[in-house]
Amino acid sequence: MSKNKRKYKYAPKIFFINKDREPLFSKKNRALLIDPMDDNNPITVQVLGICSALAITVQLKPAIVMSLSVVAVMAASNVIISILRDLIPNRIRIIVQLVVVASMVILVDQVLRAFAYDVSKELSIFIGLIITNCIVMGRLEAFALGNGVWRSFLDGIGNAAGYGFILIVVAFFRELFGSGKLLGYQVIPDFIYDMGYVNNGLMLLSPMALITVGLFIWFQRSRNRTLIEKN
Amino acid sequence: MEAYLNLFVKSIFIENMIFAYFLGMCSYLAVSKTVKTAVGLGFAVIFVLAITVPINFLIDNYLLKPGALKWLGKEYESIDLSFLSFIMFIAVIASMVQLVEMIVERFSPELYGALGIFLPLIAVNCAILGGSLFMQQKDFSGITESAVYGLGSGIGWLLAIVAIAAIREKIAYSNVPAPLRGLGITFIITGLMALGFMSFMGIKL
Repeated sequence: MSKNKRKYKYAPKIFFINKDREPLFSKKNRALLIDPMDDNNPITVQVLGICSALAITVQLKPAIVMSLSVVAVMAASNVIISILRDLIPNRIRIIVQLVVVASMVILVDQVLRAFAYDVSKELSIFIGLIITNCIVMGRLEAFALGNGVWRSFLDGIGNAAGYGFILIVVAFFRELFGSGKLLGYQVIPDFIYDMGYVNNGLMLLSPMALITVGLFIWFQRSRNRTLIEKN
Repeated sequence: MEAYLNLFVKSIFIENMIFAYFLGMCSYLAVSKTVKTAVGLGFAVIFVLAITVPINFLIDNYLLKPGALKWLGKEYESIDLSFLSFIMFIAVIASMVQLVEMIVERFSPELYGALGIFLPLIAVNCAILGGSLFMQQKDFSGITESAVYGLGSGIGWLLAIVAIAAIREKIAYSNVPAPLRGLGITFIITGLMALGFMSFMGIKL
């Protein structure tokens, strides 16, 4: 393909070799899905998308809904930008990206309002904040602008899943220790409460989200020492 | 006057953008390695927040809200364009950032040199869009109120980023466990600072 010879500013050439002949789930494509879960996690390694991540992790349910919304927005906008990537002038690409992402977020917001009104009330402004979620913009800039449609789609799903993974882990611990419940159902049995166990109300407060993520990073990096920062 | 002062203090300390809502965390973590750059970015954020929140207030009240188009005539009264608010707000923010960039470049090249790369980054700072969305949610009664709110949240953001930058400059000399270095310890310190800021919550204004 002659298109492949074009110079892309944001992606090394290696992405274009043999693109057309690869099977849909080749090793490289699978890596796009799996890498963001651990080695290249958007939150704990790339430091993207923390803004909206932490405030909605008090309970598991909004965290799951938020993750699904981000998956939808990222997959769709990565595909759209990847289709348009040869047409977007370099100078105005940020505005174009913002418009595409904003329209996707409006769609998600309207769907949530129609089918899950309670959760959408709970998430309040944080659905809107997906627009400025650095994950979406970051992946559009770094990947979708220089890669094919299918690969961008996988990258979107992978990164959003990596983001959702952290969200769900943090929400799991906060809901479990903060209110003794998971998804609204009580998990810690009554006899433990009778023995004097008390829910840790501190876990419900916002600072604990930050500290939980900090501890998660500690855990992840002591397991995977290549990620340690030199400082 | 007193109400404005209350709102101002509230938006700086009690509803601090970073410590209470985690907005603008990405640039907060990325640009807080030295105090000097943190101050530059902080002032740019104050500037943009103080401009965009009142503008978005006008847009929300005269274009988007249900019944906001009343001034066009009776037949437009039933129109509700509020689903467009995300896209309108982000468009206003992106264009204001562009405008501010051009004005600063034209009239104060020094400041432009100092802020340089941070100005365009602000368009995708969650704190800016968050300010406008909170403004919409809080239903402010007038433009002054929303301007005060924008200014206050900007100052709160500056306060937070300068504080963490100062701590990070010092922590470079201490012996942090290797896996925790960099990002991990910054998260935990921010958490502790947020715990400290929670003591403001008891203040009733």
